Amino acid sequence: MNSIIFTAAARLLVALLFVFSLFMLLRGHHLPGGGFIGGLIGAVAFIVYSLATGPAEARLALRISPEVIAMIGLGIALLAGLFSFFMGDPFFTGQWYWVGGDSYETAAFSINTVLVFDIGVYLVVLGGILSLTYAFEEET
Amino acid sequence: MSWVLVLPIAVPFATAVVAYLARNYPAGRWISLAGSALSLVVSAILMVAVLNEGVIAAQMSNWNAPFGITLVADYLSAVMVVITAITGLATAIYALGEIPEETESLGFYALFQVLIAGVTGAFLTGDLFNLYVWFEVMLIASFSLLVIGGGKERLDAGIKYVALNLVSTLIFLSGIGLLYGVTGTLNMADLRQAVANAENQGLITVIAMMFMVGFGVKAAVFPLFFWLPASYHTPYFTISAVFAGLLTKVGVYAMMRMFTLVFVGDVGFTHEILIWVSLLTMFTGVIGAAAQSDFRKILSFHIISQIGYMTLGLALFTPLALMGGVFYLVHHIIVKANLFFVAGLAKQYAGSTDLNKIGGLYKSSPLLAALFIIPAFSLAGFPPLSGFWAKYLIVKAALEIDAWFIAFVSLLVGLLTIFSMTKIWGMAFWKPHPDGIDPTPDRAPARVTRAMMIPIIGLAAMTILIGFYPEPFVQFAQTAAQQLLDPTDYVTTVLGVQP
Repeated sequence: MNSIIFTAAARLLVALLFVFSLFMLLRGHHLPGGGFIGGLIGAVAFIVYSLATGPAEARLALRISPEVIAMIGLGIALLAGLFSFFMGDPFFTGQWYWVGGDSYETAAFSINTVLVFDIGVYLVVLGGILSLTYAFEEET
Repeated sequence: MSWVLVLPIAVPFATAVVAYLARNYPAGRWISLAGSALSLVVSAILMVAVLNEGVIAAQMSNWNAPFGITLVADYLSAVMVVITAITGLATAIYALGEIPEETESLGFYALFQVLIAGVTGAFLTGDLFNLYVWFEVMLIASFSLLVIGGGKERLDAGIKYVALNLVSTLIFLSGIGLLYGVTGTLNMADLRQAVANAENQGLITVIAMMFMVGFGVKAAVFPLFFWLPASYHTPYFTISAVFAGLLTKVGVYAMMRMFTLVFVGDVGFTHEILIWVSLLTMFTGVIGAAAQSDFRKILSFHIISQIGYMTLGLALFTPLALMGGVFYLVHHIIVKANLFFVAGLAKQYAGSTDLNKIGGLYKSSPLLAALFIIPAFSLAGFPPLSGFWAKYLIVKAALEIDAWFIAFVSLLVGLLTIFSMTKIWGMAFWKPHPDGIDPTPDRAPARVTRAMMIPIIGLAAMTILIGFYPEPFVQFAQTAAQQLLDPTDYVTTVLGVQP
């Protein structure tokens, strides 16, 4: 697409969308958001970029091929599920560590495997959607 | 305890991730092979646990049934998981010989492992919606495997396969939605009670028929089978073998599970329909095979005809018939995958799978001929191979309830199966090659032949083992059938297990 307005605006949009996608990812679980929706928004950011500069340039910006991102995401999600093995819980049981308290209401923040799982989902969605759209864009 | 149930699903997934990352290196295929071997080990551990304890269940994420996702294994699930792992390992070895490097670097092994994970998940889940998810995992992997490697024929086959399977999935999903609307639960064990207590039994029967159609497309029963012969003859032999062995059986398994555990309120209606469907499936399948002259197309039609026997075992709904159905399921996976393996090797030697263009295989490779005879005669039901016992149980079950016509059709279809097996035998193995050349085993590199020969020999050995020593397998099938007919254990284990 050869529109200077779009190309200029795309730079801003891409950064904004990407930051928003990370915000959505981190906000998930207790509030609306999470890995899936975050991954979709992140994919939109890269799609906008590829519309502005062409898929070849967008692939370079991504550095790793989208298929590999998706597979790594699958691996991360699987590891998040397997972690509960060491705690003696069934598969995929969320493991929570509260910092500065002992529950959602009192703690300042938490470190948990649910977020790790969500990051995995984020990468799977991002990689999956991008490998589809890039393939379509390169076709034409 | 719960990890015994998780690992058969987790191991193929983990293998898929690692194999994909290593897809451009020779290490990728060895990782896939090691992963398949490990899958077999963890499946065997699951089998031992089930043999010791009867039914085992685990609540994922610590959410109790019926709210969370339950994984559950009874005898039937356990044997299906083990046979899936065996087929997976055989296929992983066979793939070393057949799959070219370009296809490997497209991620063949990752897709294959995801397919195995999907199939295993479908066998282990105790939740209806989760079953749908596993169907999707399995189908997405199989769509890609079907067209991988490219070519017009494969795309054509892929489109037919995708379209038909999407329709079936849609019907299945609508059925799930309606069932949830009526009962408010999707846990299979919980559904048994909820369905029995439901007010509107007429609606339940309608939903049951939706499930029958949905699973029927997957299992390729009459008259919904036409996607199967349209697609199974195009992909790599490795892939058509694993499809032929496992994919349709998932449909049969799901049918067996739902129509023994949940939809048993109106057996006279639902299972009566299934009897006629089974008989027509058996008959049309074998007649279709008689009209074909391509190695793989004949085998594809035979899958359909054999599926009829399995659903017949379910449809007759007596302990003996179900036992025969379970036995048939296991025997058929081994035999059918093996026949497709043989077809692949025959193509390596003779150059084609069109029976009019090949010949002389008996003269040039008596070993391959012998290895073809074992699964082929087993499929047709020759004593003392495994297929004989499977057919014997089904026919005996039919005679036991004085269903002479059913017994007659079963025997007739067996006879017609022999007819088309002798057709392959005569045209591919006995008649001289039409080009006047001898198909030479040397044409394929030794590495290729070895990789392809090992799984063929292994599976043939299993067929012979089951044939000559059927006692433990029959007893196992008997217990599996008992558990299916009286799922009290299943229900109490699933609903009673506290995490």
